[in-house]
Amino acid sequence: MTTFIAITVSGLALGAVYFLISSGLSLIYGLMDVLNFAHGVFLTLGAYAGWAVAQHVPQRGPAFVLTALAAAAAGAAVAALTEIALIRPLYGRPVSQILVTIGLDLALVGLLLGGFGSDSRPVPVPGWVSAVTAIGPERIPNGDFAALAVGLAVLAALTWFLRRTRYGIVIRAGAENRDMVRALGIDVGRAFTLVFAIGGAAAGLAGLLNSVVFNSALVDPEQGDQLLIFAFIVVVIGGLGSITGSAIAALLVGLVQVYVTFYAGHGAGLGQLGNMSVVLLLAAVLLVRPRGLLGRAA
Amino acid sequence: MNSAVTVRDLHVSIAGSHVLQGVDLRVEAGGVTALLGRNGVGKTTTLRSLIGLQPGTGGIEILGTSVAGWPTHKIIRLGVGYVPEDRDVFAGLTVSENLRIAETGKDMNYDRVYALFPELKRRARQLAGTLSGGQQQMLAIGRVLLERRPLLLIDEPTKGLSPKFVSEVVDVLHRVRETATVLMVEQNVHVVRGLAQRVIVLDHGTVAYTGEAGDLDDEDLTRRLLGVHQ
Amino acid sequence: MMRKRVIAVILLAAAVAVPFANLIVPGVLPGPVDILNSAGTLDVLGLCFVFGGVALGYDVAFGFTGLLSFGQVLYFAVGTYLLDIALSVWHWPLLPAVAVTLLAGLALALLLGAVSLRGSGIAFAMVTLAFAQCGYYLIEDNPHGLTGGDTGLVMSTSRLPAGLVGVASTRNLYWLALAFLAGAYAVVWLVTGSVTGRVWLAIRESERRAEVLGFRPMRFKLASFTLSSLIATVGGMVYLLLVGTVAPSSVATTTVTVSILVMVVLGGAGTRWGAVAGAMVYVYLQQYLLKIAAEPSFASLPGPVRVPLSQPDFLLGAIFVLFILFAPGGIAGLAARFRRGPVEQE
Repeated sequence: MTTFIAITVSGLALGAVYFLISSGLSLIYGLMDVLNFAHGVFLTLGAYAGWAVAQHVPQRGPAFVLTALAAAAAGAAVAALTEIALIRPLYGRPVSQILVTIGLDLALVGLLLGGFGSDSRPVPVPGWVSAVTAIGPERIPNGDFAALAVGLAVLAALTWFLRRTRYGIVIRAGAENRDMVRALGIDVGRAFTLVFAIGGAAAGLAGLLNSVVFNSALVDPEQGDQLLIFAFIVVVIGGLGSITGSAIAALLVGLVQVYVTFYAGHGAGLGQLGNMSVVLLLAAVLLVRPRGLLGRAA
Repeated sequence: MNSAVTVRDLHVSIAGSHVLQGVDLRVEAGGVTALLGRNGVGKTTTLRSLIGLQPGTGGIEILGTSVAGWPTHKIIRLGVGYVPEDRDVFAGLTVSENLRIAETGKDMNYDRVYALFPELKRRARQLAGTLSGGQQQMLAIGRVLLERRPLLLIDEPTKGLSPKFVSEVVDVLHRVRETATVLMVEQNVHVVRGLAQRVIVLDHGTVAYTGEAGDLDDEDLTRRLLGVHQ
Repeated sequence: MMRKRVIAVILLAAAVAVPFANLIVPGVLPGPVDILNSAGTLDVLGLCFVFGGVALGYDVAFGFTGLLSFGQVLYFAVGTYLLDIALSVWHWPLLPAVAVTLLAGLALALLLGAVSLRGSGIAFAMVTLAFAQCGYYLIEDNPHGLTGGDTGLVMSTSRLPAGLVGVASTRNLYWLALAFLAGAYAVVWLVTGSVTGRVWLAIRESERRAEVLGFRPMRFKLASFTLSSLIATVGGMVYLLLVGTVAPSSVATTTVTVSILVMVVLGGAGTRWGAVAGAMVYVYLQQYLLKIAAEPSFASLPGPVRVPLSQPDFLLGAIFVLFILFAPGGIAGLAARFRRGPVEQE
């Protein structure tokens, strides 16, 4: 059992990454009824932006913060652009909005594959990120702590934003009733762009953290889409539109995935057991409670 | 007389049904005009069309400005307050958040609203979804009164309310009509007689009658236009 | 109506005749040789037909019934892998292998469909996605060494009839694929034209309305889903015969699901022939672009032109986005607009 703590922290860190992605997805869906498949690309572009910046910055101490900021900024920028150029013109056609994000995902991943090939590139990080910390007899990678810290920070920031700021109130109200928000003289369109930007920033961070913590500090064009499927599962388990639901579901999925993989996923024919168990968890939750843990009733 | 609302040849179709078939109406500035008609005739649809929540064809002028094709929030910013039929308060927000979201600028008259609805101040931290129907109606009306708006569109403010709340709402509207034009959809003929100066009656998708509120004393007329249950 | 049938018959006849057409068509053919009935061209056309049928099947669920499923690749993969395993690992003759694969595909569609359809809208879409991913993981895991895991499974031809094997098989496989497409089209045409089809359309507009009309939506949704999945399974079997090998990355990923969705929307959802046209354009473009990218003159193109063109996904994704923004009815919609002339659309 000496590795239990390390495994648990790893599961929590994975949960933190999932939360970063699913919180954005949940916000966007809650306010706009759009299921954003392009989120995977925001992830990947964020990771590449971090990689690009890290090439030019000496990797000491707090340099990682700069890398993370670059990832978040890139994610936010691409997301905002997506909303303005592709989502807005399709207002009133929710299926088309979902489809256009799928098309964007396809096109941008294709472009990245064309430009970078499917090879992965290493992201330069300061020494402390790849080092380990000893907790009792166990050695835990610092990257796990970083992911957890970022996840908690974003959760706190998001909660503060939604509860205390005017735009936060507008977003919460809009998720309930967009028309009434308009009928109070508020331009909901700006909230749409903002929500996409927030989701994109969180996704960019998630992409970078996923590369560094779970992918041996490598970025490649296809990592976003792999993660996205799990993020969708988290969002649906947690309940569409609920940030708290996403947080709980994210931790649950992260832990289940890691525990099952570590304790049961050995031997021939079981390598993907951890992933499969997450999928089955989704099916189980949906059978018992179709709207997810904390989702609003349809 | 100035016209607060002018509608020319408004046609609205919903799910294939031609609900409004050429509505022409004029709401004079000042006082209360009641919009009446049988259930399902299109009163709420008319109100929603005025602020762009319902697409349709035709000419619409609000407070002297033509608003055809305008987005809802822009029309509202001309100085319109909208109180919808089902109140539509934000259930997951507190009472004070529901008011805060209705703020349009710096000089919001919270004093006036709290004076009219002291309950709202008492229940500031309460989630709006847990309020009673009457309290929600107070909130729905209160939030459009934070600012002096020249035009108020109110959809069935007394629907489903207990007599106590009905009289409270009527009181508030009495005070409000001194400073605003009110276009009110209302089924309750007594409320209409007590509050409105003029009436517009919809039937078969168009305006069937325009006149003074006192005209409703004629029972034959009322029965012909609105059916038996008045 | 008559005109459409005449066009369909002419197209079918032309398609049947292609393998006899020893014509030189410079530049636009997807195969390595510029002759119309060359093996390379026939192979690609066969692929077009297979996906035409699969896309048509998806149109039944998505275009007609409004079921946004993200898991159709699962049934396609079942068709390919089960048949492959039966032929190559268990060494069964063709007919029993096909029968068992069909039955398994049917059973799976009914079972998973019933489960998935408990949710609607997004929940339904996510569950179908999840099940398809499960299929992918299962294949990757290579249980009992059946699927060959990552590297895939090459089809053994030992139990196949002579006509489907070897050099002469190209034409037969082409006609087999065409027969699949024609058969699928006939079935879909018949069913969507019947009362069932009208109920599906009603469900697409509003489930409530269908209920009010006295129909139980769940049965019809399940029927639509099952038909769609069954067509995908048969398409998978034909694919295996055509291509001769399968790997998870080519037949089991979400990418394939997305491709099918793109094909249908590009062609025009809910129009039948639109889905087929969309699929054929998609597969053709994809193969053609891959061929161009492999030519030596391609490497000399300037970077900004070469990089986007080297990845068919980019071009296809971009075209898809443009269609959604400016031509949401797809190819079929454009054709209808063209026929109607410059009359104002709604």
